[in-house]
Amino acid sequence: MARSKKTAAQEALHALPFEKPIDDIRSRLQELEELAEQTSQDLSEEIRFYRDRLERVTREVYANLTPWDRVQVARHPDRPLTSDFIESCCEDWIELHGDGCFADDRAIVTGLATVDGVRMMLVGHRKGRETKERMACNFGSAHPEGYRKALRKMGLAGRMGLPILCLVNTPGAYPGVGAEERGQARAIAENIHEMFGIPVPIVAVILGEGGSGGALGIAVADRVGMMENAWYSVISPEGCASILWHSADGRERAAEALQLTAGPLFRLGIVDQVIPEPPGGAHRDPDGALAALKDQVLAWFEELLPLPADRLIADRRRKFRTMAASLDTLASAMDPARTGREPTPPVPEPGAEAARRPLPSAEKPPGGA
Amino acid sequence: MAWRLKRKRKDMPSGLWSKCSACGSMIYTKELLANLSVCPNCDFHHTVDGRRRIEITADPGTFVEYFTELRPSDRLGFVDKIPYSEKLAKAQQKTGNADACLAGTAEIGGVPVVLAVLDFSFMGGSMGEVVGEKIARATELAGERGLPLVIFSASGGARMHEGAISLMQMAKTCSALSVFREGGGFSISVMTNPTTGGVTASFASVCDILIGEPGALIGFAGPRVIQNTIRQELPEGFQRAEFLLEKGQIDRIVPRHRMREELGVILRYARPQAEAEAAARN
Repeated sequence: MARSKKTAAQEALHALPFEKPIDDIRSRLQELEELAEQTSQDLSEEIRFYRDRLERVTREVYANLTPWDRVQVARHPDRPLTSDFIESCCEDWIELHGDGCFADDRAIVTGLATVDGVRMMLVGHRKGRETKERMACNFGSAHPEGYRKALRKMGLAGRMGLPILCLVNTPGAYPGVGAEERGQARAIAENIHEMFGIPVPIVAVILGEGGSGGALGIAVADRVGMMENAWYSVISPEGCASILWHSADGRERAAEALQLTAGPLFRLGIVDQVIPEPPGGAHRDPDGALAALKDQVLAWFEELLPLPADRLIADRRRKFRTMAASLDTLASAMDPARTGREPTPPVPEPGAEAARRPLPSAEKPPGGA
Repeated sequence: MAWRLKRKRKDMPSGLWSKCSACGSMIYTKELLANLSVCPNCDFHHTVDGRRRIEITADPGTFVEYFTELRPSDRLGFVDKIPYSEKLAKAQQKTGNADACLAGTAEIGGVPVVLAVLDFSFMGGSMGEVVGEKIARATELAGERGLPLVIFSASGGARMHEGAISLMQMAKTCSALSVFREGGGFSISVMTNPTTGGVTASFASVCDILIGEPGALIGFAGPRVIQNTIRQELPEGFQRAEFLLEKGQIDRIVPRHRMREELGVILRYARPQAEAEAAARN
């Protein structure tokens, strides 16, 4: 079936530079298929050849993405969003609006959802797909009322005994005058703090962009998953580049330096599981990506739901208390005898100290799945 | 008077005079220091480094430093203009401290406390693994000893050079604080100029009482970032402590001269630990 011109033009608009080899083969394949259809020639051999080649090249390209490439994949307009998860994975969806205080922030959506028979509270950043919707959602950048709405609904879930699924997809919390006036920092801080006391299982998945505190504000969870091509960092590559080198040109370098992709974050223990995306990224096969996400989430809930509340809370606190600790701090944090019973001995030789430290992991970004 | 100062600046022995960044007046450095680095002319509270903060806040001779064995490392191999490891070494040499947080036990106005102070002179007081770990341990120490916790912040936020590790310090510190609060602990956060980003968006905002120093810049995003986003002039006094007080975001503004005394008064309202523990159990 021939795609409409508009779709082709849109695709060209959204084309990622490193995907050119893939796009070239795909359009060749499409030509062949159209030709075969129109002329009823037998081109099956050629078509098979190009299909194999498409698959191989897609795998190759995606196995060698740079961190900056992945940031672009994470922002791809066809990438599945929270709204797609609701549409295709939830049998039941009752949206609950508002922070009960100031406004209903559309950048964060909350509501009651059922996934494969499991009832839960869903909290997710909403980016919107069409321009109008994207603007209404402020491109996924929430204001304080968004975080307060999320916390209010999570508190409700705690009282109702419903597990919580948080889908993270934000370039960052909104830096604006109103947001500051209404306490953006405080709203995020309170979410992080209060999420340590919510007595039901919490699972968070970084769907696309995990922009700093704006992401963490709904990502203090018992299990943290990350889609293979998502990014999660203390600052966006552009923000980092503009601070360090006073220009956005350094964003490729910044993306590399920040180690914001799933592989390094998994190795650091910041995410528990990298959720594989279909070949060519989630935007090529949103349903496939969402199915993988759904399976992982349900597996985690199955594991967490039988646990008593005090155990969940204690484990969650310990998880983040010791998260990504380097060996020195980890060793002492876990040894109660050393947690500051006595004033600490004089500082050891810096050289000796350095020798015990793990080597900086200048590893390459993950290759594929 | 401006003309005299201008002429004088030329052959001024370095450090003898200081220029107030807020009002531009020249102040005899000794006088500024004696005035706790508050401009005698415009009352602007200049940022003081961590050691000095302890000196002017804790009762003389009461501070005992803890956790000095914690030293930062460059785990990501981060290079901006220079490698992060070199940057750390320079900051350590400049400040004589291992990282941007000093913590220990002290007395304030005669009340024993655990005191943690962010040091803006060390990489802008930014929070990496060591700062987060020290805040968490200070919180745990306060819980263990049954002491109130007092945290002074002065920070640009999370430290980029540690990537997502620094982001996770926001959760780490809040984790420790949530345990502390549940156990009946009492905490005071004093936000000084400037306190922004991941520090404001974590431990500095979830203590029981939030205090600002006069004129301190306190916020989530820095003013430059906001201006670049909205492309408008920011309102007068935006993100200053007085603005936050008016908007209901902090409890109180306390001038530096009165800080020790007021903290002492507030701390005496905190109930003794045994009582707090019993209340937390019920």
